[in-house]
Amino acid sequence: MTSKARGSSRFKLDFWTAVTVVVFALFLFFLIWPMARLLLNGFRDASTGAFSLENFKTFFGKKYYTNAIWNSLSVAVCVTAAAVIIGTLLAYLLTTFEIKGKGFIQILIILSMMSPSFIGAYSWIILLGRSGVVTMAMSNWLGVTIPSIYGFGGIVLVLVMKFYSMIYLYVSGAMKKIDVSLIEASQSLGCKPSANLIKMYVPLVLPTLLSAALMVFMTSISDFGTAMLIGEGYRVLPVLIYREYMGELGGNAYFASSIAIVMMCLTTGLYLLQRYVINRKSFRMRGLKTIKAKPITGVGSVFAHIFIYGVVLLSIVPQATVIYTSFLKTNGTMFTTQFSLDSYRATWRTILSSLKNSFVYGLVAIALIVMLGIFTAYLSVRRRNVVTSLLDVTTMLPYIISGSILGIMLLLTFNKSPFFWGGTAIIMIIAFVIRRLPHTLRSSVGILYQISPSTEEAAISLGAHTAKAFFGVTVALMLPGVLTGAILSWVTVINELSASIILYTSSTRTLSVAVYAEVAKANYGQAAALATVLMAATIISLLVFLKASGKKDISL
Amino acid sequence: MSEEIRVDHVVKKYGNATIIPDMSLQIKNCEFFTLLGPSGCGKTTLLRMIAGFNSIEGGEIRFGDRVINNVPAHKRNIGMVFQDYAIFPHLTVEENVRYGLKQHKVEKQESQQRLEEILKVTKIEEYRDRLPERLSGGQQQRVALARAIVIHPTVLLMDEPLSNLDAKLRVEMRSAIHDIQRKIGITTVYVTHDQEEALAISDRIALINKGEIQQVARPRDLYARPYNTFAADFIGHSDFFRGEMTGSGSKRTVRMNGGCSFEMDNIRSDAPNGKVIVGVRPEEFIIDEQGGLTAQVTKATFLGRYMNYVLAFENADVMDTGEEVELSQDMGSHMTIFGEGEKIHLTLNTKKINIFSEEDQISLIEGVRQYDE
Repeated sequence: MTSKARGSSRFKLDFWTAVTVVVFALFLFFLIWPMARLLLNGFRDASTGAFSLENFKTFFGKKYYTNAIWNSLSVAVCVTAAAVIIGTLLAYLLTTFEIKGKGFIQILIILSMMSPSFIGAYSWIILLGRSGVVTMAMSNWLGVTIPSIYGFGGIVLVLVMKFYSMIYLYVSGAMKKIDVSLIEASQSLGCKPSANLIKMYVPLVLPTLLSAALMVFMTSISDFGTAMLIGEGYRVLPVLIYREYMGELGGNAYFASSIAIVMMCLTTGLYLLQRYVINRKSFRMRGLKTIKAKPITGVGSVFAHIFIYGVVLLSIVPQATVIYTSFLKTNGTMFTTQFSLDSYRATWRTILSSLKNSFVYGLVAIALIVMLGIFTAYLSVRRRNVVTSLLDVTTMLPYIISGSILGIMLLLTFNKSPFFWGGTAIIMIIAFVIRRLPHTLRSSVGILYQISPSTEEAAISLGAHTAKAFFGVTVALMLPGVLTGAILSWVTVINELSASIILYTSSTRTLSVAVYAEVAKANYGQAAALATVLMAATIISLLVFLKASGKKDISL
Repeated sequence: MSEEIRVDHVVKKYGNATIIPDMSLQIKNCEFFTLLGPSGCGKTTLLRMIAGFNSIEGGEIRFGDRVINNVPAHKRNIGMVFQDYAIFPHLTVEENVRYGLKQHKVEKQESQQRLEEILKVTKIEEYRDRLPERLSGGQQQRVALARAIVIHPTVLLMDEPLSNLDAKLRVEMRSAIHDIQRKIGITTVYVTHDQEEALAISDRIALINKGEIQQVARPRDLYARPYNTFAADFIGHSDFFRGEMTGSGSKRTVRMNGGCSFEMDNIRSDAPNGKVIVGVRPEEFIIDEQGGLTAQVTKATFLGRYMNYVLAFENADVMDTGEEVELSQDMGSHMTIFGEGEKIHLTLNTKKINIFSEEDQISLIEGVRQYDE
């Protein structure tokens, strides 16, 4: 109230006005401007550069392109549907029944979620690809030909095995908040215990399930690495954008931009739809007596255990394969059965340089994300006005921009005079910050709502300067929560591929890019060694997270 | 339709801990029956056994002549109102009430008719399209009640349904529940730890402590003629004095330790003489200049309708129950008010007071039974 009154009566450059201006300028420069460029470029003729709708005519006129929309949509729909079913069922079983080895299962689930999906794609190729271990074994010994892993089926398999865990984590978090008396009430009104999953559990977690499903949908429709590696000829939008932009016959940035616009329309529509549905469907739950796992016996128990262990082990197969094969001797592109550290030896230079890049960029990006996140969260919660509400909308934009689109946007804008940032560390870091900021921002806003404004006012009443009160009291209170969230951001940053692959050069190669590059060159041994290092970095970061947050599991 | 409930020698165990060793009860058809007791006494445990949410380790529970021990909760046809209401937060008021009708596959036209009727009876018609989070505590309570009743359950079970409401609303909802229960006539088992609530609402009350039934009686009998000292102390307040009883038949003499003695004419004729406990409620003292009991007022509190005094007796053997000895003086019939430090002479209203055997603390008054019909 006071700040509003002050602001309207006369303009005064106090601390928060300055912060508002700086933060807004940053968003304008690094996000709005590149995005505007991309949008404008989409409407330029591919050959002349004049304004026209020619690109869109070409795009919608050719089956080659329009098919990519349907391909992308069908991958995303299938992946989301399967992940929702598997993830929800897992969450239900693990929440309501006593399942053996629950802690172990949860660790495996988190592991399968945190390693990049293209590693999954690549290890399924090692196992079930044309010259894969399992494929060869089956055809040599049993004479059975396994259906091809390449294309649609492979993409869906890999993505489902990664994303069911995301659904599981969100939904089981929501199920933990269900009050057990709701379930008993349903039973007392005549609902069979077995029908409660559909009648009670699913409707009660629906808001959470919807936002998790949207996240899966968005991530799988914009996933680049998996489709590129295992999809082979299967055209989805991110691959199309990448190929158009990086094309061997001289990339076409204008046409790539047009495809990016089509894709952004899709994701924006979905995002708005989800917000609309969630706003209408949302309700609060207060779990006083939470659900306790009950013993399960007989046939049900057997099926539950088979299902849970089946899914979880299947999803961890890629990671296990990668680690195992990294210690095998290679013969050309084939692994032999001999153990050796050759792969590590051959690639240790790459490991060191890319590990250094990943860590340096990651740390700088996380520091920026935390700083920007805290400031922006504070502005949008405590200093509400027209500018900060505009900021709110802006910070949502990264949700609808996929990694490859972001990469193109940044190159279009900053790889020219006076910047020439293409291939530099700066542009990589900018990309990481933009991709991950919304998550940190959202958690900061959540944390800030739990801190009473009066703590800061108390500091000011005791004579502290505005800025001092903010840093000394509010930031100090927010920091533990924000930092634990930042560790999760860190994990996704070091695993980022789709923007990095467009932005990197040999000197700015990160670990995940290095893995991808080796796989693309069919250096499977070295790829496995690099991927193992990446996974180790991820697992260590997660252990740090668990230790720092004092939690037993990761809830989102 | 509504049926009687029989609880026969029921046992409840959690692992090695026995919560209810052996409990028997008979709840009549259409009766409003309350399970009352301190927290942890086993009253909610018993209710949840009747509902089917707790297993039964021994004995039988019957609805009418059906044994329901192994009938799962969703087939028992119970209506249950939970302590925190358990309103489905994702459904509107109307959808909440309709939920059970759908589960029971009630035919559409009848379902609609029952829905309208119950919304009217419980006075929640105007909120029918609202989500529960936009309702007050009292309104949520009504929804919970409507949802439980609309399925025409065999029995209605309520687990401390008023404990989350503020004092005023609690009194209001108490009478609303009572009225609705009367109107539709349904066997109701009600759990509470609030004695005033139990007295106000029930046809009969089962007072439970440590998993055992202390007394089953109509509210006013429970208050006036408690079966043992626990009941006398838990319901309302009693001051206890030690004494000795002599004589025979229904007329006996009780001599209180300290010298004062009085005659009783309503003692059970087979009651053994010997050491007894005299239970006196604060309003069962009579202020009398000639009275044989002398006490000093240590604290006097004016409460409008009556005065409350805390007393220190000079010639009586007061049992230490951890509570103060109280006397209440009805302001409607007394003119003098005593101040702190003043002396009071008292006698006892022998028609009202209760005598318990010191050995087993059970009432010696004629006609007082543990289980009352």
